[in-house]
Amino acid sequence: MKEKFNITTSTCVPLPLENVDTDQIIPARFLKATTKEGFGDNLFRDWRYDKQDNEIESFVLNNPLYSGKILVAGKNFGSGSSREHAAWAIAGYGFRIVVSSFFADIFRNNALNNFVLPVVVSDAFLAGLFESIQKDPKMEVEVNLPAQTITNKVTGASEYFDINSYKKLCLENGLDDIDFLLSNKDKIEAWENK
Amino acid sequence: MNTLFDKIWDSHVVAKVEDGPTQLYIDRLYCHEVTSPQAFAGLRARGIQVFRPEKVYCMPDHNTPTHDQDKPIEDTISKTQVDTLTKNATDFGLTHFGMMNPKNGIIHVVGPERGLTLPGMTIVCGDSHTSTHGALGTVAFGIGTSEVEMVLSSQCILQSKPKTMRISVEGKLNEGVTAKDVALYIISKVTTGGATGYFVEYAGEAIYSLSMEGRLTLCNLSIEMGARGGIIAPDDAAIEYLRNREYAPKGEEWDKAVAYWKTLKSGVDAVFDKDVLFHAEDIEPMITYGTNPGMGMGITENIPVMESVPEAGRISYAKSLEYMGLEAGQSLLGKKIDYVFLGSCTNGRIEDFRVFASLVKGKKKAADVVAWLVPGSWEVDKQIRREGLDKIFEEAGFALRQPGCSACLAMNDDKVPAGKYAVSTSNRNFEGRQGPGARTLLASPLVAAAAAVTGVITDPRKLM
Repeated sequence: MKEKFNITTSTCVPLPLENVDTDQIIPARFLKATTKEGFGDNLFRDWRYDKQDNEIESFVLNNPLYSGKILVAGKNFGSGSSREHAAWAIAGYGFRIVVSSFFADIFRNNALNNFVLPVVVSDAFLAGLFESIQKDPKMEVEVNLPAQTITNKVTGASEYFDINSYKKLCLENGLDDIDFLLSNKDKIEAWENK
Repeated sequence: MNTLFDKIWDSHVVAKVEDGPTQLYIDRLYCHEVTSPQAFAGLRARGIQVFRPEKVYCMPDHNTPTHDQDKPIEDTISKTQVDTLTKNATDFGLTHFGMMNPKNGIIHVVGPERGLTLPGMTIVCGDSHTSTHGALGTVAFGIGTSEVEMVLSSQCILQSKPKTMRISVEGKLNEGVTAKDVALYIISKVTTGGATGYFVEYAGEAIYSLSMEGRLTLCNLSIEMGARGGIIAPDDAAIEYLRNREYAPKGEEWDKAVAYWKTLKSGVDAVFDKDVLFHAEDIEPMITYGTNPGMGMGITENIPVMESVPEAGRISYAKSLEYMGLEAGQSLLGKKIDYVFLGSCTNGRIEDFRVFASLVKGKKKAADVVAWLVPGSWEVDKQIRREGLDKIFEEAGFALRQPGCSACLAMNDDKVPAGKYAVSTSNRNFEGRQGPGARTLLASPLVAAAAAVTGVITDPRKLM
């Protein structure tokens, strides 16, 4: 999961719905595992499979036209529960980047902690991207982490996206927060004793 | 600047990472069985211990069945998860209130009721409804499992400081309007993502007129508008609530603590990034009609018509109403319902059971309604019996179940069947939240009670 980030160019999977909550990303009945593996199989479970576990053809993950490392979703993606299982499901399925015009806070942190990059774009960029994907499911998007840019390779539209330089460093180098905190114990003890 | 949130946050800053997050000290970590196993596995993989075990409290709540808790859990996967928490707490030397322990219950009900949640604290848990604890003047917020592992290993978390928002509700609340209605009203106005990036302080006459139980309900729902958390400055009601609670300080320590707690309020010069004002008289009993908690309305109102929804949201809106089997423009009054759920970290406290009892007293449960009454903790259960509310429920045809999260997210057997309508006092009406295909209508204990005795959506004020 700690694959280092640099420049990613990929086709996209479009999910043009708003307020996609973490209960849809991974329903509660799949939260009973005690490891981080296997959640990708149940990503968007109740939109992806019917009650008899047959694939629902109309859902985008079951449409062979769409594939790629980038999930493109409507506004307020990942709202609701704090379950990190949502990030594990997205990473487990093979997505490395989620593009939306707005992310819920806890989901955004959980994604970053699992080396999934949330890219916030403007409403206009998002609308243009959905349109490009609809016209050509094989169109590509380039996400350049060092430059902090995202580019729609069809229209050439490009935007700068925000990420703090600490998290950027973590993603580029495959480092996590616990490594950082553990190296910082003296400061914690000093705070406790003040 | 100089808000209550700023004061507590700033006093817990251990270090600031350059152009990065803040390293924040955490006073209390609550752990339940669902979001902690992978964090403990992480500690084992790194070969490290819990840094400050005395600051961590563990209890199972999500998977616990609401019957026969003295017997092994039948669902073997649920049992494994609950047993894993017991083992982790034992191995790492943490306090653990297991099933059938009289201190067990939903973690956000137990924390305040045991006096583990105290004003001025920073509190986290791998659970978005950790915002509940803000009602006692704490900076409390939900975190992911990687972050649980951070706190277990270092008692710290790396977080970006959120912006601040004050939501004031001025004036006096109307009859039949509870804290739940206030919350659902606020969320319907702010929208489900409208407070994302903010930490909310609630203020104003109507907020301070709420009991502690009511304030816990309100703060609990802060996350449903995307807020990082919600906080209410502790007043005399908060201090009296904590007096003599098991883990609250005693004697001289109590006096010292109270003196400090009384300083915990936003300065007169406090500046919030956003300031929002609502009027109590505009709020009536609320009910939701859609698939996020922002899709709520006054119980006498009609479901908004499509034209009133911004264009980018119309696909989602239509999908939501289709899932719910409801029409735009429709009134919900008189709509037949199938299930009623009283409970959860939102409305599983003693006051919620009192309110429910006050309405069903002397009436009978509608014959075709299935009602689940699930206390938030064994302590709540004990109090229900002490006050004789159990007798009122029994005479009206209701039975009490055993404590846990239950039908709020249906990780145990309490699942609402596909297509059925549930009036639920819980916190989320997401698709499938109460069971695959289940249709949830969020409401207060009063609206739930009115539906339970009539079998249809009913304005509770008609029965009071």
